[in-house]
Amino acid sequence: MQGRDNLLHRRRLEKVFVAVALVLIVSALLVLLSLTAEMFIDGLPRLNWKFFTSFPSRHASDAGLLSAWVGTVLVISLAAIFSIPLGIAAGVYLEEYGRDSWLAAIIEINVTNLAAVPPIIYGLVALGIFVQSWNLGETVLTGGLTIALLMLPTVVVVSREAIRAIPASLKEAAYAVGASKWQVIWDHVLPYSLGSILTGVIVAVSRAIGETAPLITVGALTYIAFLPESPFTSKFPYVSFAWLQAPFTVVPIQMFNWISRAGTDFQANAAAAGAVLVILTLLMNGVAIYLRYRLRKAVQW
Amino acid sequence: MVEQEQSQSMVSERPPVVAEVVDLNFFYGDFHALKNINFYIPANKVTALIGPSGCGKTTLLRCFNRMHDLYPGNRYEGGILVNGENIISPKVDPIEVRMRISMVFQKPNPFPKSIYENVAYGLRVRGIRDKSLIDQKVEEALRGAALWDEVKDRLHESAYALSGGQQQRLCIARAIVTDPDIVLFDEPTSALDPIATRSIEELMVSLKERVTIIIVTHSMQQAARFSDYTAFMYMGELIEFNDTKTVFNNASHPQTQEYISGKIG
Amino acid sequence: MTNWSIEELRENIKRRQIVSQIFAILGLLLIFFALFTLLALTVKMFIDGLPRLSWKFFFSFPSRKPEEAGIFAAWVGTAVVMMMTAVFAIPIGVASGIYLEEYGKKGWLAALIEVNISNLAGVPSIIYGLLALGLFVQDWNLGESILTAGLTLSLLILPVIVVATREAIRAIPNSLREAAYALGASKWQVIWDHLLPYSLGSILTGIIVALSRAIGETAPLITIGALTFIAFLPDPPFTSQFPYISFAWLKSPFTVMPIQMFNWVSRPQAAFQANAAAAGAVLVVMTLLMNGLAIYLRYRLRKGLKW
Repeated sequence: MQGRDNLLHRRRLEKVFVAVALVLIVSALLVLLSLTAEMFIDGLPRLNWKFFTSFPSRHASDAGLLSAWVGTVLVISLAAIFSIPLGIAAGVYLEEYGRDSWLAAIIEINVTNLAAVPPIIYGLVALGIFVQSWNLGETVLTGGLTIALLMLPTVVVVSREAIRAIPASLKEAAYAVGASKWQVIWDHVLPYSLGSILTGVIVAVSRAIGETAPLITVGALTYIAFLPESPFTSKFPYVSFAWLQAPFTVVPIQMFNWISRAGTDFQANAAAAGAVLVILTLLMNGVAIYLRYRLRKAVQW
Repeated sequence: MVEQEQSQSMVSERPPVVAEVVDLNFFYGDFHALKNINFYIPANKVTALIGPSGCGKTTLLRCFNRMHDLYPGNRYEGGILVNGENIISPKVDPIEVRMRISMVFQKPNPFPKSIYENVAYGLRVRGIRDKSLIDQKVEEALRGAALWDEVKDRLHESAYALSGGQQQRLCIARAIVTDPDIVLFDEPTSALDPIATRSIEELMVSLKERVTIIIVTHSMQQAARFSDYTAFMYMGELIEFNDTKTVFNNASHPQTQEYISGKIG
Repeated sequence: MTNWSIEELRENIKRRQIVSQIFAILGLLLIFFALFTLLALTVKMFIDGLPRLSWKFFFSFPSRKPEEAGIFAAWVGTAVVMMMTAVFAIPIGVASGIYLEEYGKKGWLAALIEVNISNLAGVPSIIYGLLALGLFVQDWNLGESILTAGLTLSLLILPVIVVATREAIRAIPNSLREAAYALGASKWQVIWDHLLPYSLGSILTGIIVALSRAIGETAPLITIGALTFIAFLPDPPFTSQFPYISFAWLKSPFTVMPIQMFNWVSRPQAAFQANAAAAGAVLVVMTLLMNGLAIYLRYRLRKGLKW
């Protein structure tokens, strides 16, 4: 019977842990959820068409997100264009070509360290290179490049992990019919890992959307009452890159600016901008989850 | 000592040969995995490599298509001569070797692509774009792998919809579509049920007319059932090589006898 | 086609090999270019900041005169806030990770929790600032204090720790769990005697990575009211009177390294830029040290445990 007492004691210990853990998790989540809900409720009255199509203003009720969301879209698109191809290429290179050499080890250590460096350092570094050395100014281009630098290590790391998850047997099968290394990469490694890579990239992008410190450091403005020039013109060659040279702001900076103002009206604006940011990141996360699900279903081993 | 015994146990009259293994040594880093292997692969026959776990039979098989080149720290010495050329020489591109000597693996490993694309891949890799030619070769290979009738109506479905035995036959089709000189089989039936095993074995016998087969097998019964020649390996050495009948009924080396009678292994 | 002559075969291979090699060279060049630029700039930051990196810099409060300004309040603030963050986030995060992985694996509750956590990990940090402002500062009246900052940052890194813990535990082979169960261990004993010790290395690594992310955060802390100019330290935790410890420091206003740096970057004088570079160098060294510790821990603890 002593055995049963002992067993009972052990079972009780376990139940305590389960109860405590569950209460902690659920209460933490509930607090966060209710706060998010509160933010949505605070911001809801401001979330209308006008909010998205107005420039910031000194009057809280007239102020809108137009220049901020356009700036976010431009900066993040540029960052994605620069960092995604480069990051995936670097990941493929490190995983498939540069394994087990001292060069790869150095690159690897640098990449993991860079992934941990605080964003504001990237801001300082970008200020030095893009603004001061390359004279790109405090522009959309500088913002995009800065965020691209910030995203790059993350994209490299997720690409490598995705590639490493592909079973060696599939690569061997391709080599065994006489494929070259590049053919193995292009025909097998990339298509099979694309789902996981995209998921990781989307997470990196959704983190980049929320960055403020490095962008303020390179000179993003908080009050912008105009849009960058249109990328399309009526004259030949019909595209213009003048928008790259435009000053910019982004949604979190705009939000930041509103939070720091006195008066509950601006707080409502901040809550509305926060709600927009949250919806944006939830949507991106949803896409990531969906992609992972879809592509994993097609590619199983 | 071993070499002497080995030469005694060689068959006296040689059949036509596609590959000759000469003083082959192989190292995983510092580990000496294959020691002075000498034998030959008779043309259009099934040669079985048998021996207990860890004897080096799979290592030897993977020398034939330079699979070891994929991982760092591996080193070959000696030679495997095909058409008078040493295919394990660093001067020979491993891709060239693999284009002429293909491989079927232990576990079925189709690509996560359609049935058709799995077979066609060996042709696409070579840059062949002619669709009618690919169609024709894919059909030929699937027929050769005794799979055509089962899949001809669903060539564009995922290969993962097939059963394990079908997947392995698909992998065989993938390996023969490019008309290789030699096909290597690494325990191709170890992950399959007895019925699927039977059909793969029958398939290998029928393939003999087209290609030379080297098979690693764990099962002595399998080697006895359908191979023409058998090489017995032990601790990285080739102990005995002869036609299968002689190896199983009249082995000249005591270790071979012990293994075949089940005393070691 | 497939019965090519040996010359045709080699020609075909050569064409394909060239593509492989082009990528190899291109890949290496790109990586080198990116790494070198970043390294060169980091070095430049160190060089810019070096003249300011003196004993005095670490033990002076900020000042209007750049040559007298230091990071005393900032690094003390960072250290204290990080400690608070760790105290809150680590036990809750690790416990949640274990619960989700070992107990709550199936069921709608677990699925709900899982979706929420992975979504939280992607929410921008400034949102956490806004939430914390509403909860800790306005509802709970904790003020713009070290306690609020620690709670805010622990909310921020909680999802990261949960995910790292889950992954670490998931990596333990089932055969080890079964071996322990087969000896009559309860679930809790399996967790305490096997899963936790075996996954400790990976969990610690994840925690350090999470903390090193928290160290660099500015936006949520500014949102909850971190100051940029602080010329005093929090109250000491020990007092001369009974009960000899005081928690008054929890209610102190604070600043942290990146905010201090931020403040200097935004000033026009070049001398303040040198201060910012120096603070940046300190911050980089701090994160690299933490990273180094993480790599070392992983290496040490992995060496002892292999499966």
